Amino acid sequence: MTQQGVRWSADQVLSLAPDVSSRKAGSKLGAAGPWSGAGSCGEGTVWGLCQGSGGKPYQTVVDIADASGPAYKCSCPSRKFPCKHALGLLLLWAAGDGAVPPGQPPEWAGQWIEGRRKRAQEKQSADGAGAASGSGDPEAARRRAERRAERITAGATELEQRLADLLRGGLAGAEQAGYGLWEETAARMVDAQASGLAARVRDLGSIPSSGPGWPVRLLEECALLHLLDQGWLRREGLPEGLAATVRARIGLAGSADGPPLRDRWLVLAQYDTADARLTTRRIWLYGAESGRTALLLSYGAAGRAPELALPVGLVLDAEVSAYPGAGQSRVALGEQFAPPAPAALRPPGLTPPEAAARYGEALRDDPWLDSVPVTLERVVPTPDGDSWQLADAHGETALPLTPSARSRPGLWRLVSLSGGTPVTVFGECGHRGFTPLTAWPEGAGEAVSLC
Amino acid sequence: MTRTSAPVDAPAPGAWEELVTAALLGTERRRPPGCPPGPEAPLALLDAAAVETVRRRAGLRPGRAARLPDPLAEDPRPPLPSAAARRLAMLLADRPGAGGGGRRGMAPDLMELLPQWLTTANARGYAPPPELLPALLDAARGRTDLRPAALTFAGPRAVWLARLNPDWRFALRATPGGGTTLPHLEDAGKVRQLWQEGLFAERVALLSALRSREPAAARDLLATTWATERAEDRLMFLDSLRTGLTADDEPFLEQALTDRSRNVRATAAELLSALPGSALAGRMAVRAGACVAVDHTGDTPTLAIEAPHECDPGMESDGVVPKPPAGRGERSWWFGQLVEAAPLGTWPGRLGGRTPQEIVALPVADDWQAELHAAWCRAAVRQRDAAWARALLGAPAAPEAGGPGAVSLAERAKLLGTLDAAERAGWVAGFISAHGLSEAFQLLGVCAVPWAAPLGRAVVDALNIARDAGSYPWSFSGVMGLAERCLDPSEASTLDGLMAVPDEPEDASPGAGGYWAEAFQRLVTTLRLRAAMQEELGAARTLSPPVGSADSAESAKSADSADWGRGRSG
Repeated sequence: MTQQGVRWSADQVLSLAPDVSSRKAGSKLGAAGPWSGAGSCGEGTVWGLCQGSGGKPYQTVVDIADASGPAYKCSCPSRKFPCKHALGLLLLWAAGDGAVPPGQPPEWAGQWIEGRRKRAQEKQSADGAGAASGSGDPEAARRRAERRAERITAGATELEQRLADLLRGGLAGAEQAGYGLWEETAARMVDAQASGLAARVRDLGSIPSSGPGWPVRLLEECALLHLLDQGWLRREGLPEGLAATVRARIGLAGSADGPPLRDRWLVLAQYDTADARLTTRRIWLYGAESGRTALLLSYGAAGRAPELALPVGLVLDAEVSAYPGAGQSRVALGEQFAPPAPAALRPPGLTPPEAAARYGEALRDDPWLDSVPVTLERVVPTPDGDSWQLADAHGETALPLTPSARSRPGLWRLVSLSGGTPVTVFGECGHRGFTPLTAWPEGAGEAVSLC
Repeated sequence: MTRTSAPVDAPAPGAWEELVTAALLGTERRRPPGCPPGPEAPLALLDAAAVETVRRRAGLRPGRAARLPDPLAEDPRPPLPSAAARRLAMLLADRPGAGGGGRRGMAPDLMELLPQWLTTANARGYAPPPELLPALLDAARGRTDLRPAALTFAGPRAVWLARLNPDWRFALRATPGGGTTLPHLEDAGKVRQLWQEGLFAERVALLSALRSREPAAARDLLATTWATERAEDRLMFLDSLRTGLTADDEPFLEQALTDRSRNVRATAAELLSALPGSALAGRMAVRAGACVAVDHTGDTPTLAIEAPHECDPGMESDGVVPKPPAGRGERSWWFGQLVEAAPLGTWPGRLGGRTPQEIVALPVADDWQAELHAAWCRAAVRQRDAAWARALLGAPAAPEAGGPGAVSLAERAKLLGTLDAAERAGWVAGFISAHGLSEAFQLLGVCAVPWAAPLGRAVVDALNIARDAGSYPWSFSGVMGLAERCLDPSEASTLDGLMAVPDEPEDASPGAGGYWAEAFQRLVTTLRLRAAMQEELGAARTLSPPVGSADSAESAKSADSADWGRGRSG
């Protein structure tokens, strides 16, 4: 792009914030006061000097043209990423009231940008070369993969034994056994390098304390874990797609080597989940031409936001490549042909029965699937006793919200947006119900993030 | 979601329940259906459960919809401009206590700007962005002072939401009629019915609404049931006549003067005394006049006070409270009430044709001055008499103790309320120039926002003087905070020179200069922010967009500029 990309909205900028306090601190710095020497240039670089409490102002520079999301550099000592100065600078730029005029970057900003661009190019050419020479020792790689498979097989076999023991003695005993039993098993799955199995085992440990109906949920999860074990142990006999799904579910992610698919990808939703070890960011994309819904996953160390950030409502002209496995939505972001830009694009929607059917069909390819991404058209958030549902506008059929969605503040944004009139809602539809992530009003109006 | 009816090839109904029971008890105790006994039983159970789990999930179908909520009527107000909506989101994101605390630094205090933002948005008559209402209602829940403006802005959607979320019940309470809409005030039958059958809160709301539209009709409505109301209700209803009080109300109020309840009588008397032409005011004028006379025997004319010796039944029935509070003499207590209720306009005639200024300047014999002037102050406030208020305030630069009114700061603030905005600002500016900021806080609070230019300059000059005197800025944090919210945003440019760290004078408090620079930076940043806020809210509907700016030319190239080139068209 030769001209400067369309400015982002403040919401889009704030969605980059790693946590609430950064959001707040960033909003405060989004005013001209502390800034001096701010500017932006057509290649998608924004810079400025921010007067902090100390003597020397912080040098802040953001590169928004990068294919993998914005990159930041700031001379402040904060370990937040992006720091409040970067957020404040982007807000100032987003406000577009002349505080960030177009210009040539000063030396300190230009150096960093140049360094980045050079490294990116080197990496690209290195990748190209690496692809040819990467499999330098195919024999060694094959031996490593074999050893790992053996360890997983040993782990899966042991897990089968544990499950059999559990069912022989009865699930009622699991209530007393508590987390300890499962933590130990999970640790063994980690040793076996089967992270997918480990996560499922860990989740088993929390079910007995999850409230009424837990025996049903525990049996369901034990059964699906058993199914996954069996899938692994008999993977030779499975069709290729399903075998890949089993490998992905076990924790052997494989690489995103599907054919690159170029499209205008609308960012439908972005949200983080965190456990003690890892922050996982999920970004749902909708391809305007292909009609595909795809998932980008990125990870950050616990307490830190993953680097990739794509604000809801932006459209990327980019290539994505699918990870292997039937019924898998996960893709990797490939080349990006233009900086992300806002667009008034909406995904087409389904009715509640169609959405439920879509989940059912998806289980055919991947029986371990908890939910599928779905856009519902013309639904009304409706109170149903203590709970909420999304009812079709005729008041006939309805999908219940998941218990976790009921307690989130996003629910009230959705309810308020609707005001009893139909809205379009994107979310995840599965056996626990529907989790709304993004909504659009019936008439014109931009996406409202609910997560 | 609900389960489908069992598919054709399903195992016997209840198979899943039996599997769960077997799993719960253990295969050692209960053999699962269709599974062989023995060591393979647990795995056979898991096989069957896996099939059932996937079958059950794949068979999920939508449930029956509950009763849809009544749709909200469309808000006729135009939608908020996008830039203003973003600003509101930002103000609402700045929840107090969300982090930090301690020193304020130089970033603006966004939450403090919310009331101003709401006032402007309400004045422009914009509809709120629905998705921001939950955050707005949460903010108003924690801060009662925000509620009236927040609920006006939120409009009918807030009431609609409050019926669904008990956290926001206050929106129902604050809305007249507890969430049920008032009948059309033209519908006399409905009005009468609600008045006769409604709950107390509904009736108060109805009476106030009617009074502000048709004062006489409200009074007549009250008269229909007056005799049967309870005393505390009569007091509340009577109080709502304060709005739109005119001489027409006198007969009704006169009748209330004979009420059984002393509080009702006192309120009726207070309302009547605010009507200078009323019979009560006339009676009070006679009584008060008898107590005050000009004594010409000395070198200078002096006011001589002869306080009443008794509180006769006539005084009592005109609302004079006979029993003084502890520590006050009976006679001065009665005297104060008489002067307070007497129309101020009668004094010049009684006191030799003097103007209010001349009257206030007269010396008062025997230490009665404080009592007399305080009563005149109360009268000036009650009767909203600017000429007397002006006289009692005196010149702003006069030293406090010797001021002609010798009135307290609180009384001054009330007197200022009777002057028009420009005069009020001018007086406070003069006061600050003469006396500095240490006592200005209360007076600044009654000045119109944004501050008039002379007032703003006086405050900034005084802050500048305080800085040069070497004290710390937090001694003035109250005034600083007011200045951030009230100074005219266009003053920001005049403050540029104050943002630098000054050379520290020898006797200054250590580091004060840096803190002052920081405080002024915050002031300027806040003013710029307020200017931006005003522009976002105001420009879209009152000004035409600037033509030919670089930005608009650029955004026009983009296909979606109509939706996305926001915040720059204004």
